[in-house]
Order: sequence, then structure tokens, then C-alpha cells
Amino acid sequence: MGQVTPLLEIRNLHAGIGESPILKGIDLVINPGEIHAIMGRNGSGKTTTANIIMGHPDYEVEQGDVLLSGEDLLELEPWERARSGVFLSFQYPQAIPGLQVGNFLRKSVSSIKGDEAAKGAEFRSTLKDAMKALDIPRSFLSRYVNDGFSGGEKKRFEILQLLLLKPKLAVLDETDSGLDIDGIRTVAAGVNSAVRGTSTGALIITHYSRILEHVRPDRIHVLMGGRIVASGGPELAIKLEEKGYEWLEVKSKAEGCA
Amino acid sequence: MCVTVNREAREAVGDYKAGWHDPENSTIRFDFGLSEEVVREISALKGEPGWMTETRVKAYRHFVERPMPTWGNTHVLEDIDFDGICYYLRSSDATEKEWEDVPEDIRNTFDRLGIPEAEQKWLSGVTAQYESEAVYHSIREDLEKQGVIFLDMDSGLREHPDIVRKWFCSVVPLTDNKFAALNTAVWSGGSFIYIPKGVHVEMPVQAYFRINAKNMGQFERTLIIADEGSSVHYVEGCTAPTYSTDSLHSAVVELIALPGAHIRYSTVQNWSTNVYNLVTKRGIAHEKAKIEWVDGNIGSKLTMKYPAVILKGEGSHAEVISVAYSGEGQHQDAGAKIHHLASNTTSKILSKSISKNGGRGSYRGLVKVSPKAKNCKLNVVCDALILDEQSRSDTYPTMEVANPTARCEHEASVSKVSDNQLFYLMSRGHSEEEALAMIVNGFFEPFTRELPMEYAVELNQLMALEMEGSIG
Ligand SMILES: Nc1ncnc2c1ncn2[C@@H]1O[C@H](COP(=O)(O)OP(=O)(O)OP(=O)(O)O)[C@@H](O)[C@H]1O
Ligand SMILES: [Mg+2]
Repeated sequence: MGQVTPLLEIRNLHAGIGESPILKGIDLVINPGEIHAIMGRNGSGKTTTANIIMGHPDYEVEQGDVLLSGEDLLELEPWERARSGVFLSFQYPQAIPGLQVGNFLRKSVSSIKGDEAAKGAEFRSTLKDAMKALDIPRSFLSRYVNDGFSGGEKKRFEILQLLLLKPKLAVLDETDSGLDIDGIRTVAAGVNSAVRGTSTGALIITHYSRILEHVRPDRIHVLMGGRIVASGGPELAIKLEEKGYEWLEVKSKAEGCA
Repeated sequence: MCVTVNREAREAVGDYKAGWHDPENSTIRFDFGLSEEVVREISALKGEPGWMTETRVKAYRHFVERPMPTWGNTHVLEDIDFDGICYYLRSSDATEKEWEDVPEDIRNTFDRLGIPEAEQKWLSGVTAQYESEAVYHSIREDLEKQGVIFLDMDSGLREHPDIVRKWFCSVVPLTDNKFAALNTAVWSGGSFIYIPKGVHVEMPVQAYFRINAKNMGQFERTLIIADEGSSVHYVEGCTAPTYSTDSLHSAVVELIALPGAHIRYSTVQNWSTNVYNLVTKRGIAHEKAKIEWVDGNIGSKLTMKYPAVILKGEGSHAEVISVAYSGEGQHQDAGAKIHHLASNTTSKILSKSISKNGGRGSYRGLVKVSPKAKNCKLNVVCDALILDEQSRSDTYPTMEVANPTARCEHEASVSKVSDNQLFYLMSRGHSEEEALAMIVNGFFEPFTRELPMEYAVELNQLMALEMEGSIG
């Protein structure tokens, strides 16, 4: 069996804001066609991890590597990462008053997929189908990006962008929070169809096992205090839901002492 | 009069797209500086009736006596060298009806600015002014047949002296302010428009003003009369080359909307940053009439402009929608003035300003309701977006409401572009500059959507250009 280049490889990542460290040595490998999940308490560093993968300028990486298909991501600007195939579905999507959704989508597809992809009947029909699948009314095209959107509408809009931009690596930061049951199913179906049987991959950050029942991730990782303290199969999510995070804390402390 | 001294122009064009200048081929050029003699000479040169000459002279005297405004950017105002300005310059001997007949160098200028092309596509009529005089003028035949008059102001005075005499200075008296007095004394060019009763001019008519010479003063005068139940949309654009010395643009615009008429006046001002732009714009709305000022100020060194509407007739309506962009070394002091004289009148002011690289934006607004005006509705919104720490934005809103039945709403906000907004857009493949331009254009969107498409696109491109090189 030949060695596959991982789609995403994070090696010994230490990062923080200013002087205060948040991530204290993260290792993570996602191979093409895989879906991974990250769970963890509030403030454990999940969004930080996602932001660093996408290149948020506020964070400083002190140590470690982030590679996309073997190429150094940390050297790239956020927009270059987007053009290389990284996508982040935001936990808190930002409102841009005055920027129309239709216009924004066309410009984004054009800058990531090329001018041709954003033109003509094909783009329009892809857009129409995706909006239909996500139950987003046509009238949203003339609204302003995330301006006055409900919590669930924001999340659906993130997924609409995912479907149009077709990234190599999709990072979904709590996309399921705030979505109704149908929404979760739609998102899961979208992720499955985008990843399974392809060379792309996804990293799903969530607090709930519900979305994971639909997506069936290959691996689940638990983040605690800026470290991955446990990794496992789908059964880990169920155990967490039942027992919370405390048992892991005890476990990781014990291991830390050993 | 003298022959042009062709001093070398030191250009600092930078990103300003309209910043080139053509060699100056003037046929008539006045000496620098102003006197009663110069005023009389301008009038004589134009062969004007005696009443106009006298109006000019009276205005000149008022200009001399009137002190400079003591508010606004008095610092920068004091720098104006009235003796270093040329008050009249003619580059072409006639106002042509065909572009082919316009002198080639001037025609090329307007070609580069895209005016003839726009005319073919989406305008009802065009007037193009170069320095002091209109060089090109045309109007669609069908409108002319319906009795629409669209002329440059000088031709207007020649061909329709009675109408001009009736309305000239009726909205902006020559004693209104120092710069209105100056304009009345030395005015040249501008547009004269009369729309007969009930006629709706569907496509906009456009005027384009270009200053080419250095140390030039452009003083166009515009008078628009919309008779009962008629409507018209007038659009103006302005550019000038970027010189190291200053030019002065001081226009007066008077609008009269007779009962039930609707006038919309849109401006995209993109003077280079060596132009003082001191303009008086005012309209009178009669019963159930509507006047809208859509006013974009992107260029100039100092702009002081407060489009005004006097709501004289019952049920009349005023709207002033404006945006201002102030970059390095620029001060946009803009706003609006509305006077509710009659009952059941309504007004809306929306002002948006962006300042960057140490630029300064000020909103100065005055809304007044007279004691006799009942049930008036006023709405004022001013938003400022500041792009960096060196830049500045102030608001000076004043409401004087003398009738208790008025309903007033006022909102003001100052915001900054957040890193998270930029990051969100960058994560969608947009560079930092593109992201900033998207946010800025979004901020201006409530204004741009009021403009004809072509202007909206142009404005968005302008702003994108302004955002280039702005990220350290
Ligand atoms: N911009 C910032 N400034 C200061 N501290 C920050 C910043 N961003 C994150 N932090 C801190 O880093 C830690 C990790 O935050 P992060 O957003 O990654 O948590 P999370 O795991 O996504 O939590 P949640 O489940 O609540 O979304 C928190 O203690 C947070 O306060
Ligand atoms: Mg988070």
C-alpha cells in the first residue's frame, strides 16, 4: 500500500493571542475522503483551531505546522488558502450591511473557482438547486450578507457557500448549533455527498452527537485546554453525551502525572 | 485679457483616474484676479441684457463686502487666493450639437471620460462644460417637440430671457452667502432646464463639468424649473486634472418644483484633490411637489455643500441622500438643509461618510419647522465609517422645531471596519483590499442604489481604487 499524502496535517501546533497561549500542541491528520469531528468544552480552543487553519490574522502560531496536501498553509494569506481549497463555516458569521447576497456569492465563486464558474446559466442553476436544497428563499439573493438573518438562516447560508465553493477541506465550526432538525439533516447530507467517495475532507466542530449520527465521522477528537486528550470512533460521542467531559479530565490528569 | 502663460504643470496624479490634463488651448483667457471691470467684461463678452450685468455687479459688491464664513474649515478657506484665480476661460468658440464639431482635444477628453458613449445608451440629453463654457449640447428630439428646454445657461438667457429673469436668484438670493455672491457675479455655463406641464422625462439628462486649466475658477449656474405635474432626473459629474496649485469650483443650483412636480438631482463629484468645491444648491417645492438631492462627494480638497429644500407648498416632500469620502488631505463638509414652511410636509436626510488616511468628514444639517407648519415628518440618519485612527468624523445636526405636531426621528452612528468582517470576506477568497472595498461599497449602497446603474458601477470602481494600497 502506497503512502497517501494527508489532506490536512497539523503537527505540534502551539498558538495563541498575544502572550496568552491557547493551543498547546495539537496533532491531527485527516486523509482524503475522511470526516473528522472535534468536540470539547466551551473555551477549549476549537474555534481557535478552525481560525488558524483559515489564517485569522489575530492568532500567532508559535510552533508547529499546518499542511494542506503537503503544502505549508501557514505561509498563505486567508484568501490564498480559500483559493487553495480551504473553507470555514463560521460559528459566528459576520454581517456585511449593504453587500447583497447574490453579488457576494458570485464574487466569491469567481475569486475562488475562477471567472468562468461564476458566469452564465450553469452557475445560476447550481445556485438555484443549492438554495432549494437548503430551503433558502430566492428573496435572500437581494438581502445583505448575514444582515438581520436568524441564527439558523446564517448557518444555512454558510452551507450554501460550502455547496457553491466545493472546497477540498471544509471546516464546520458549530454549524449545527442553532439549526433545526431538518437543517441538521440537510447539512449532514451536504457534507456526506461532498466528501464521501471523493478526495475531499471535512472537520466538524460540534457540541452534539446528533449531527454525528447523520455524518458518521471516521474519527472524533476531544479538545481540552488546548490539547487533544482523546480520540476515537463514533462511540466516543455517545459516551461524552452520557458522561460529560469530567472523566476525561481525570484521565488526562492521571496521564499527565504518569 | 491676456495670452496664456503656459507654465509647466507639476502633476501628482496618483490613483486619480481623471487626473490627466490636456494642453491648454484657450481662445479667450482673463487675467488672474477679480474686479468690477472683470465682471462687466464677462457680461459684455456674453452680450447680456443690462439687468443681468447689474445683477452681476451688485453680487460682486456683496462678495467683496461679505466676510468669509466663520464656520466649517475656516483654516483651509483662508488659503483661497482669490487673486490667483482665472475667472473666465474659453477654449472653444461655440457650443456644438455634434461631437464631431467639438475641438478635437476637448472631444478626446470627454471621450476618455465616456460621455458620448453614455449619451447614446441611456441619456435624454447631454451638456458638456469645459472651463467656463459649454462646448457640447444636445437633447433628444422627441423631448424638444414636447417643449422641453434643455440648454446651457448662457443660451438659456439669450433664448428665454423672460423665464430666466423671473426665476434667476429667486431661490438663492445673491446675498445668500459669499460664494453664491461670487458665482452670481462671474457665472458662466451651467444648465437651464424647463419641463412643461405634465411632461415626464423618462431618461436622465446629464451635465458633465471638466476643469482642465490650472488655477481656474469654474462658476456654473444651473436653473431647473419643473412645471406642474412634470418630472425630470438631472445627473451631473465633475472631474479635473491634478495640479499642485488650487482651482475653485463654486456653483449655484436653483430648482423650482411647481405643484405636483418631481425633480431629482444627482451628483457624483470627483474633483481632483486640489479643487475647492463650494457650492450652493437649493430647491423650492410647491404643493405636493418632490425634490430629491442625491449627492456623492468623492473628490476635492475642501467641499462645503449642503443641498437645501424649502418645502413651501402643502404636502411637499424633500429628500437628501448623500455620501462623502475623505481621503488624505481632504475635508468633506457636507450635509443638508430643509425648511418645512407648510403643513403635512415630509423630509428625509440620509448622510453617509467615510474617512481614511487622515481625511475628515463632517455632517452639518439643519432641519427647521415653522410655527405654522402642522403635522410635518422629519427623518435624519447619519452614519460614519472611519477606516483608521488618523481619520476623523464629526456631526453637527440641528433641528429647530417650532410646531409641536411635528414627528422627528434622528439616528446617528459611527462605526469602524472590524477585523472579523474582513476575515470573513477574506476567507471567501477576497484579498484584504477587495474585502475592504466590499465593506465600503456596502456602506454606500443605500446611496448607490439611488443612482443610475452606470453611475453606481462607476462609483463602486472609484471606491475600490481608493481602497487600493490602503492596507499597510
Ligand atoms: N480574540 C481573542 N482574544 C482573547 N482571547 C481569545 C480570543 N479568541 C479566543 N480567545 C480565548 O481562547 C480560548 C479558546 O477560545 P475558542 O473560541 O477557541 O473556544 P471554543 O472551543 O471554540 O469554545 P466554544 O465552544 O464556546 O465555541 C478561550 O478562553 C477564549 O476566551
Ligand atoms: Mg467556538
